[in-house]
Amino acid sequence: MNVIETSGLGKRYGRTWALRECTLAIPAGHVTALIGPNGAGKTTLLTLTVGLAAPTAGGVTVLGGRPPGSPAALDGIAFVAQDTPLYKNLSAADMLHLTRNLSRRFDQPFAETRLAELGIPLKRKAGQLSGGQQAQLALTLALARRPRLLLLDEPVAMLDPVARHDFMDSVLAAVKGEGEMSVLLSSHVLTELERVADYLILLSRGQVRLIGAVGDLLATHHRASLEELALTYLRDNPREVAK
Amino acid sequence: MTALTVPAHPGEDTSSRTLPWRRMIWVTWRQHRVTLAAVAVFFGGMAGWLWVEGRALHHAYAAAISCHPASSIACSDLVNAFNGTNGFLANGVILQAVPPLIGAFVGAPVLARELETGTFRFAWTLAFGRWRWALAKLVPLAVAVAAAAGALSVLLSWYYQPYFAAGNQNLLLSGATTPFFPGLFDLRGVAFAAWTLAAFAIGALAGMLIRRVVPAIAATLAVYAGLAFAAGVYLREHYLTPLLTTNVNLNLPTSAWVISQWWTKGGRTVSPSTMEQVIQSTLDRIAPVLHSRTQKFPTYLHALRYLTQHGYTQWTRYQPASRFWPFQWIEGGWLLALSVLLIAVTVWLVRRRPV
Repeated sequence: MNVIETSGLGKRYGRTWALRECTLAIPAGHVTALIGPNGAGKTTLLTLTVGLAAPTAGGVTVLGGRPPGSPAALDGIAFVAQDTPLYKNLSAADMLHLTRNLSRRFDQPFAETRLAELGIPLKRKAGQLSGGQQAQLALTLALARRPRLLLLDEPVAMLDPVARHDFMDSVLAAVKGEGEMSVLLSSHVLTELERVADYLILLSRGQVRLIGAVGDLLATHHRASLEELALTYLRDNPREVAK
Repeated sequence: MTALTVPAHPGEDTSSRTLPWRRMIWVTWRQHRVTLAAVAVFFGGMAGWLWVEGRALHHAYAAAISCHPASSIACSDLVNAFNGTNGFLANGVILQAVPPLIGAFVGAPVLARELETGTFRFAWTLAFGRWRWALAKLVPLAVAVAAAAGALSVLLSWYYQPYFAAGNQNLLLSGATTPFFPGLFDLRGVAFAAWTLAAFAIGALAGMLIRRVVPAIAATLAVYAGLAFAAGVYLREHYLTPLLTTNVNLNLPTSAWVISQWWTKGGRTVSPSTMEQVIQSTLDRIAPVLHSRTQKFPTYLHALRYLTQHGYTQWTRYQPASRFWPFQWIEGGWLLALSVLLIAVTVWLVRRRPV
């Protein structure tokens, strides 16, 4: 099963194509890194995948052929948007309650245990948590929904290196614990991705430049690391990268 | 949307249709309880204030109306005392601000705050579904503010009763003489709750369209003011076909709402400027006649009588006071329909509008 499949997918905002002619398939069971410079279309692809926006051209299906935004798709996908939006005036416990009420599945014991392990007090308001704690709370809410696909948009962009490392550890642990969960993780920060991602999509200027299993891509392009591969590819193809 | 592959588990879609509506009760309450408490405090405070001021007004009215003989100096003092009681509330202007404030501070932020802070990306991607989420927030809040306004308008109707009571036409009471008085009509009956509901709906839609709390608040106030003005000045007089009468000042009760007046002579309309001259010359002409009798000065009414006897006809289109409740229901009805429409559009936008 492919967790995401797109064909000729395009999205235009005003006169600018944020994503164009995007055809790809991401098989289940991977942690996929969606990388590319700012404005490459990463957030647009995620927004279309989760059904917050409708495509201008082409189509996208999720979880083996379902339309984004359909009940089954909403049910099976957990989305952590950029800057991890939480209700700042709600306590962590209230955020759990709210998410549980509006989800079909919610693993309350898991969520409470996880927050306790992270040292996030249930009674503290989300707005009073540190950036790293907010990101972890958002991840906990997403994981407790037991999704089949976890979408993370720039989850570590705002975090310091320690929080970034811890967050990636959490994602990795969750993937290992959850046999069936696939992850798509967008980032313009290339460090840390190496540890977690085994599948790669490189976007630039709204188009897919590279896609495939990380090992295959490294072998094909004779590169030692994901970071090196991405940097080299973006440098070697300046016309595609230049704004 | 192109279905690229067959769903892996076709049975799942049908078994997991929608989450029950009651799941949103706690969410709506938890996220808007502070606002609802503020509304309760605001309306409660206003009710207490109106109760205190209203008792003073009713006492002054009771004293004025029961005074005998009405022509005595003591009685006219009491009438003056009544007329001077709570003058700042007499035209209703202050209380007109209540519905737009509810629309701006309760209605506008509901969606605007989610869109401004980005939390909609969280809420709209949960299994409950975004348009149901919007409906489950807007409807209970709309009902709550309309119910609160309805409760307050019972008190408002009581407060303004003395101005419209049957007996006071013989007194020289000031204030509104017709129940259609622009500032007071929409504070009484069902109109106040309906306007509050409409203000909330305007605010909700403005919030969805503008996506910023402060501009949405400003837009709500502006749109509401425009709508209230248009309704009072252009729309309300057309709810029912006005009645037409001649010899108005001889037999029209002062409680009637006069829409327009004009004169004719021999089947042809006389322009207002011409009529002014005619009335003035009539006053001059009949003055000596009247002077010889009982009265010292001719009145406007005498001139009208004289003109009516000499081929002029004054026509008046008006709404009788007995139409107060039909007009209340008509205004309440179209405002309710408008509110339902605006909320439906808002929910549709939540469902369809790309973000």
